[in-house]
Amino acid sequence: MDSFAIEVGQTLAPEATLFWILAPLAVIAALGMLFVKKAVHSALLLAWVMVTLAIFYIAQDALFLGIVQIIVYTGAVMMLFLFILMLVGVDSSDSLVENIRGQRPLAITAAIGLSGLLVSLIARANLGVEAVGLRGANSEGNVQGIARELFTNYVWAFEVVSALLITAAVGAMVLAHSNPVKSRTAQRDKSIARFRGDSIAAAAGLPGSGVYALHNAVDVPALLPDGSPAPSSISATLEARGDMLSSKPFELEVKKEEED
Amino acid sequence: MTNAEIIATDPGWITLVKGLLIFVVCVLATLMSVWGERRLVARMQQRMGPNRVGPFGLIQALADGVKLALKEDLIPKAADRIVFVIAPIISATTCFMAFAVIPLSGPVNLFGQETVMQMTDIPVGVLYIFAIASIGVYGIVLAGWSSGSTYPLLGGLRSSAQVISYEIAMGLSLVAVFIYAGSMSTAEIVSAQDQWWFCVTLFPSFVIFAISMVGETNRAPFDLAEAEGELVGGFHTEYSSLKFALFFLAEYVNIVAVSALATTLFLGGYRALPGLGFTESWLGGWFTVIWFLAKVVFFFFIFVWLRGTLPRLRYDQFMKFGWKVLIPFSLIWILIVSTLRVLSQQGAPRSVLIGFSFGIVLLVLAGSSLFESSKKRRAQEDELGEVAVPSFPVPAIPGKINKNRTEQLNG
Repeated sequence: MDSFAIEVGQTLAPEATLFWILAPLAVIAALGMLFVKKAVHSALLLAWVMVTLAIFYIAQDALFLGIVQIIVYTGAVMMLFLFILMLVGVDSSDSLVENIRGQRPLAITAAIGLSGLLVSLIARANLGVEAVGLRGANSEGNVQGIARELFTNYVWAFEVVSALLITAAVGAMVLAHSNPVKSRTAQRDKSIARFRGDSIAAAAGLPGSGVYALHNAVDVPALLPDGSPAPSSISATLEARGDMLSSKPFELEVKKEEED
Repeated sequence: MTNAEIIATDPGWITLVKGLLIFVVCVLATLMSVWGERRLVARMQQRMGPNRVGPFGLIQALADGVKLALKEDLIPKAADRIVFVIAPIISATTCFMAFAVIPLSGPVNLFGQETVMQMTDIPVGVLYIFAIASIGVYGIVLAGWSSGSTYPLLGGLRSSAQVISYEIAMGLSLVAVFIYAGSMSTAEIVSAQDQWWFCVTLFPSFVIFAISMVGETNRAPFDLAEAEGELVGGFHTEYSSLKFALFFLAEYVNIVAVSALATTLFLGGYRALPGLGFTESWLGGWFTVIWFLAKVVFFFFIFVWLRGTLPRLRYDQFMKFGWKVLIPFSLIWILIVSTLRVLSQQGAPRSVLIGFSFGIVLLVLAGSSLFESSKKRRAQEDELGEVAVPSFPVPAIPGKINKNRTEQLNG
């Protein structure tokens, strides 16, 4: 079980190599996240930073934390984020015009102050201090250790947090939900309507566009068996925009000759 | 010795050999499964399937792959070039990584070294596979977004919603397995099944897992992200040549990977069928690989069978099924399983356990009969409502007198 546990406070050669390869990549990705223009690129770089963090956790014997970091943050949170961003579309990039005067210098000052504070605190907590207790905490196995802490000492905090999250989720749903005045036609209703309508023809879907073998594009209505164009075969948008071609020029010449 | 201890003694080159073997086996399995799927589906549809290239058409998939690789590689003008290239790479690399923790055999002798066919055994092995799968979805979602056109975008949106919802059901179905095995490591889950496979003792979990693993791999009837009929291929509409081949490879390796996971979790992994335990020592232990592969092929056959049988679900039905059926059902099942587990661990007498199970069965029966009666009532209410009578002729509904028709016949 503790084949992964190494002497506490020691950094083995593989771990150091891993660190010196991944750490610069993580820092570059984090900086890139701030400076790229497209929101999706930003989100991707953030996902990469999360994955590298997870690898660091695993390398430092926090297996469970590392894997859960990937499942929860990369898999669920970032995926939801991407879901929203995708609705924005591929071409949009954020405008970099300043809306509030003097915001940039203020933000830079605050950022430098905060990072100075964080770095000094983390350095004081870590540099020159022996890390202790990892072996004891992982003695039964990493997962069992976390489970014991979570379900004995911290069970109250754990349950309060989960109640908070559920309240937030239900609250968001209540706020976003409104009772519709009349029921929205869903896929099911449309499907029923197609079969119960006046003509069974609609059940099979609309006819495809184009005159076969001569002009097969979406902007030409298909021809019905009697040779007249079928208006339902092309999109109403194209018709309104005036992008519709007549299907007359694409009719087979041969047919006329035969008639003569 | 547990698997983790055996693997810890492996020299580095053995790990490399195992990694190479897994890679080669996965690529070969893809080629074979493409061929196998086409032949099987063809049989189900009264056709012959590919039978021209090589004996029985066996190297058809290889020929197709070579042809695919030689096609022109297009990148649409509106695409986001970097992400467009990265997406198939993410898909194709992550799908192989799940095999690192899956035990393919019992103790065997590989080049004079006593080992097991498993690259590594970590205490959170199954969660690791989950993590890798959730990264793999990025490939599909990003492919949909970066193509810069409508159908792929819709495919990408569908697939991200699909994965978020079905991963919950899948994760919940595994909780019962973890509770009974007392571990999340794949090797220990296999060794916990030495008496009874979990597909028997935890049958509801197995059913939920089997359903959500089809949703997880984007396969029919849950292949809404690529839905050829409505989305023209969905997320990979704009892809061609090698990039498309990578998606293709990823899809089939993923099928093999979830089949292998299901085998490990519910069908006893590399162990022989009950009563055939003596075969596990044949060929110096290598026969266990055959058992493992046989079970994986069984799951693969189910995948193909489903595709040949079921039409694609409507998107709203699919989401409703995930959120309103699978998730509540697995939550209730977890409650039952953990209560039973605690009862038996506390040394409760057998009569209490049986009484508890009996009570649950009664509750389920009462619930289902209530549900049925309310459904019947709703159906009656629906009948009273106005239904437009279609103008085209319809066949008589059995058990009902069709007034129009009787009038026609009489008059």
